[in-house]
Amino acid sequence: MRIRLSVLVNNEYGVLSRVANLFAARGYNIESLNVAPTHDEGVSRMTIVVEGEKEIVEQIEKQLNRMVNCLKVINLNDQPAVERELVLIKMHTNDTNRAEILRITDIFRGNIVDLSPESYTIAISGDSGKINAVISLLRSFGIKEIARTGLAALTRELKTN
Amino acid sequence: MKGYNIIVESLKKEGVDTIFGYPGGAIMAIDDALMDEKEIHYILARHEQGATHEADGYARATGKVGVVLATSGPGATNTITGIATAYMDSVPLVVLTGQVPTTLIGNDAFQEADTVGISRPCTKHNFLVKDVTELARTIKEAFYIAKSGKPGPVLIDLPKDVILGESRFVYPKNVKLSGYNPTTKGNPHQIEKVTKALLESKKPLLYIGGGAISSNASGQIAQLANRLQIPVFVTLMGQGAFDPESELFLGMAGMHGTYSSNMAIQNCDFLFSLGARFDDRITGKLDEFAARAKIAHIDVDPVSIGKNVITEYPIVGDLKNVLDQILEVMERIAEPVDFYKSKYKKWLETVNRWKTEHRLDYKKNPDVIKPQQAISCLSDILAGKNPIIAVGVGQHQMWAPQYMKLSRPRSFLTSGGLGTMGYGLPAAIGAQTAYKDRIVVDIDGDGSFQMNIQELATIVQEKLKLKIMIINNRYLGMVRQWQNLFFNNRYAHTDMTFQPDFVKVADAYGIEAGRVSKPDELNKAIRTMVEYDGAYLLDVIVDRLENVYPMVPSGAPLDRMILV
Ligand SMILES: Cc1ncc(C[n+]2csc(CCOP(=O)(O)OP(=O)(O)O)c2C)c(N)n1
Ligand SMILES: [Mg+2]
Repeated sequence: MRIRLSVLVNNEYGVLSRVANLFAARGYNIESLNVAPTHDEGVSRMTIVVEGEKEIVEQIEKQLNRMVNCLKVINLNDQPAVERELVLIKMHTNDTNRAEILRITDIFRGNIVDLSPESYTIAISGDSGKINAVISLLRSFGIKEIARTGLAALTRELKTN
Repeated sequence: MKGYNIIVESLKKEGVDTIFGYPGGAIMAIDDALMDEKEIHYILARHEQGATHEADGYARATGKVGVVLATSGPGATNTITGIATAYMDSVPLVVLTGQVPTTLIGNDAFQEADTVGISRPCTKHNFLVKDVTELARTIKEAFYIAKSGKPGPVLIDLPKDVILGESRFVYPKNVKLSGYNPTTKGNPHQIEKVTKALLESKKPLLYIGGGAISSNASGQIAQLANRLQIPVFVTLMGQGAFDPESELFLGMAGMHGTYSSNMAIQNCDFLFSLGARFDDRITGKLDEFAARAKIAHIDVDPVSIGKNVITEYPIVGDLKNVLDQILEVMERIAEPVDFYKSKYKKWLETVNRWKTEHRLDYKKNPDVIKPQQAISCLSDILAGKNPIIAVGVGQHQMWAPQYMKLSRPRSFLTSGGLGTMGYGLPAAIGAQTAYKDRIVVDIDGDGSFQMNIQELATIVQEKLKLKIMIINNRYLGMVRQWQNLFFNNRYAHTDMTFQPDFVKVADAYGIEAGRVSKPDELNKAIRTMVEYDGAYLLDVIVDRLENVYPMVPSGAPLDRMILV
């Protein structure tokens, strides 16, 4: 199953490698990984998305908890969370597709953040489902490049969804 | 103060009295500072793997943190097998490695290795000290992490410019690690529940692992078993945690465990793991393991609980503390001892019947020494002498716990988790340096012994009275046994007929030695070794084709043992 973990760690060297190793040692490929400092500069939040067996990921959660520089592990599958991802999509454009690309960008509340005679770069944020939908819609117009941030997530305050 | 002095002073603050090491360019300044140091004894190994196992043997025998000092690059990589060995068996070590100057890190400088990178997966934690001002704090944290919670090795990588740097020396009083708070006490609610379940069970069984040794809980375990009159078995790592003469003791369980232990596991209705982690060498086929039992597990490491078996009663905490809590609850709610004597009488009778039905046994032969016979004989001669036994890996490693009576914790040193051949000799050296007056015997295999044979020099230099008893079958015996049982007797790459004359090797190092191959000379030869006032190597030529039994074939359920 697809598992999402939010992990608070000390913001220091070696931590990323230790965390990544727990997955790598089992032959698990991390699907996406987002790391950045929190409001406390000494603490970073990692949001990890990985495809794996539930029991094994539970084991990894415990191993994360055991790590000296890991502060907290939250399994986002267990509780409601707000999730966002940002994607930058660079499109090949021409006179026939510009209007349609703009329309789709609009519908998905995206912005054009860079343009040239032959290209648009679109920025869109949303949950992973929305991002996937946009990408599959735009694919037929000719995608040049994509950069995704990977998931960023926080648990919801009110636990009723 | 200079970095190298800060290191030495910090080690003294931690009460370090012995360091095992090997010098080199990156760490010379620390060696230099240690040279005139009175409070710390430096032991020069002959290989950094040797130094690391020596520190490990020292740590297991004493319960203190073992300290290693090695240089950058090859010095550091040579420690890795030793570190991985300690990691698998939860042994507290602090390994100090030299590193190229910070300005050169990542440049493929001379004798550079990414030591923190290489050691990361086999250390509990590791540090790269980037500034001399962080030295003291880092050392403080390293010792705290190594010995608290589930103990383990911690590595500190020390760039040369940090070692040579200058800073004020203040040794911190406390450690502040926000992400690291090992649980020590058990959850009272869980304790209450597990105690009730234990008292209500009809066929309870205690399962004692290495955690019993590292948390010094053998006193509590004896109290619990005796109070309720319930049987006990140990793992390889739990050897010495329970009185082998007790009527309640079943010996070792698992692949080469006793018939009674394995049968008890398969038939008990309550299996209580005290610091044992359900390793596959113990469980055999998992789905059929203890299938009739509810399982309770006390472990300081939450990762170990529920990993292989479904655990009805998990308790995270230090074993000794948790057992004290359980004993307290028992005082409150348990019936008097006599009640349990009669309640568990039938169960104990059944277990004891298994004991007498199939005792550990082997067939003697008047012409050739059986390995079991040599170990039994050693055990008899050492009775009451409180020995420390270290072993290599292989058949002899299994015969040792089967035939040695080990009644004290921290008296059996073995690489249980990683199974590192070559562990025995250096581990014995480490233990002997801590206990100069105790008898320490390395029961070794002819193959394993050769993997760290260079440490013979360390014995001589340190004037240790260590005994080495080689169970010489001129085979990589354990692998040969598997070839015998599962590979149609094709003995690929396991024949060790080409081996040096170990007596001459010992002689070349200046160590007394003898050889014995006749059963009727065995007793005298072992006595000579034990009584000799100095280091002694005894080469025991044994039956080449003896196998270790009982044996549960890999992947079979525990009650499908091959008996003798
Ligand atoms: C470093 C290492 N290499 C290989 C092995 C695999 N192995 C396990 S037991 C064994 C044979 C050990 O032979 P010996 O030390 O003579 O002991 P014996 O089994 O004959 O008592 C081998 C090769 C190992 N455990 N460790
Ligand atoms: Mg051998």
